[in-house]
Amino acid sequence: MLEDHAKLVSLLNLAGEVVGRKKLQKIVYILKKLDYPFQEKYQFHFYGPYSEELTFRIEELCNLGFINEIKETKGGYHQYRYTLTEEGSEFLSRYQINMPKLCEFIKDLNDQNSKFLELVSTILYFNNLSKDEIVNKVKVVKKKQNYSDGDIQQAFAYIEQLKNKQSAS
Amino acid sequence: MSQKFAELDEVKVFKDPVHRYIHVKDRLIWELIGTPEFQRLRRIRQLGTTFLTFHGAEHSRFGHSLGVYEITRRIIEVFDGHPQWHPDERLLCLSAALLHDIGHGPFSHTFEKVFDTDHEKFTQEIILGDTEVNRVLRKEDPDFPKKVAEVIAKTYGNKLVVSLISSQIDADRMDYLLRDAYYTGVSYGNFDLERIWRVMRPYDDQVVIKQSGMHAVEDYIMSRYQMYWQIYFHPVTRSAEVILSKILKRVKSLYLKGYEFKQPPIALIPLFKNQLSLKDYLKLDESVIMYYFQVWLDEEDQILQDLCQRFINRRLFKYIEFSPNKYFDIFSDLREAFYEAAIDPDYYLVVDSSSDLPYDFYRPGEEEERLPIHLLMPDGTLRELSRESTIVEAISGKMRTDHKLYYPADFIEDMSHHQAAKKKIKDLLNY
Repeated sequence: MLEDHAKLVSLLNLAGEVVGRKKLQKIVYILKKLDYPFQEKYQFHFYGPYSEELTFRIEELCNLGFINEIKETKGGYHQYRYTLTEEGSEFLSRYQINMPKLCEFIKDLNDQNSKFLELVSTILYFNNLSKDEIVNKVKVVKKKQNYSDGDIQQAFAYIEQLKNKQSAS
Repeated sequence: MSQKFAELDEVKVFKDPVHRYIHVKDRLIWELIGTPEFQRLRRIRQLGTTFLTFHGAEHSRFGHSLGVYEITRRIIEVFDGHPQWHPDERLLCLSAALLHDIGHGPFSHTFEKVFDTDHEKFTQEIILGDTEVNRVLRKEDPDFPKKVAEVIAKTYGNKLVVSLISSQIDADRMDYLLRDAYYTGVSYGNFDLERIWRVMRPYDDQVVIKQSGMHAVEDYIMSRYQMYWQIYFHPVTRSAEVILSKILKRVKSLYLKGYEFKQPPIALIPLFKNQLSLKDYLKLDESVIMYYFQVWLDEEDQILQDLCQRFINRRLFKYIEFSPNKYFDIFSDLREAFYEAAIDPDYYLVVDSSSDLPYDFYRPGEEEERLPIHLLMPDGTLRELSRESTIVEAISGKMRTDHKLYYPADFIEDMSHHQAAKKKIKDLLNY
């Protein structure tokens, strides 16, 4: 019962705090691409892979009092800050979540900025294409974000680093 | 883009209860409608199991797809002449609108959850693979199928084209809200579609709404909100979905255990083996699935037989509001009591959350989370809708969510041989 909710609570427990819905969206997507069993379905949107199901599930967790959401105003826009509550910790204690090395990945991803995670998740979204095709695709679909060649290469290197970490015993 | 297809000699019209008439003047669109892959959509209901709650909701994805095409066609007429609209994208937009749901299968949402299939992947395969749809699209231009597939996948370079088919106020949503309201017979799904498409404007790479049209958009947002709670999240429909998913789970489990079916479910075996080809997928529709449900009424397996009769005869599970905080401790006791009563809780005791359903509300969100609806102000600036509309702000704030526990109340009432377990279950459910 509610195992998929528990996985998200576990993520927040390990992260301590996630600042920004966009960041949370991209972290879960990247973890999915690293074969972690998050079940939320993603589609490509204006700002990269996005899951409505994840948004809804987070709302449920907030309404249940397992996650604390703080809305802040930032330059004319809102930004949301997520932490685990005591009830959330108690909820989590009922589950055995087996996701090896998750903590390491979450800390690493949470240290990146959301614009970079948007780039990383967009590259991962197109991972059925060749590297050159991915670069072209990123430049077409992310025209507004103005990612430089350096940014894109850095994102490729970061993905490589994540994959190495994943395959290391 | 080279126009290989000429226009038809005369405009063809489909009579439609929502838009009155759907007009087709492009031979490409006409030929796409005639493909077997598109005709298959006649045999897939738009609202899955909702017909068990609202008997009128038998409408198909075929009608909805034509409706999305028609709305897109009318919006493009408004866009014509705007400097930010490229007329040579017209046929691409119309084709993507028509084909956006082509990959849906029978009871898509439940099938995807149980068998881990993805209708969007099949949409891409139908457009790009060895199909009639692909052959028709290629006649326009060898690159045309790829472009149509990209628009539907939302990865096409011109985001204005994408946002016509898929955004927070798009042709898809506008058609399904009106169509679903019409066929379910409810009155609250209505809004002034014509007013909205008349105030839509191309602006850079998105569709925006002239500020003067804000009230029409408020109606659309309200209609969306009402439809979600009254129709899409209806607890009885969710009960039917729960039973459907358990039938599929049971039949797959039986097959994998080597159970001998009286009539092997040949059309579903590739699904059970996780080897579903496009050809196999295209053979599946809701007539096929309902046929198997009828056949399984005569199976020896009691669980499969019972679940099928529940679905066919509308003997659905009852439900209670389920607060995970409150009920967590009793859930394992309930499962135990079900076992004592010889009722398998894996099939007969189910928690269903609102996030298990594939619908969304309007949310302004935060910067760069998801593109919101923008109003085009008289001074040429853009303002997010909920910043201007108090109504939208009120309903797009903190969202209501819910969880329900489904169970077979009739089984529990009939448990004459398990009086102790019956009492325990009833006590726990009244907890």
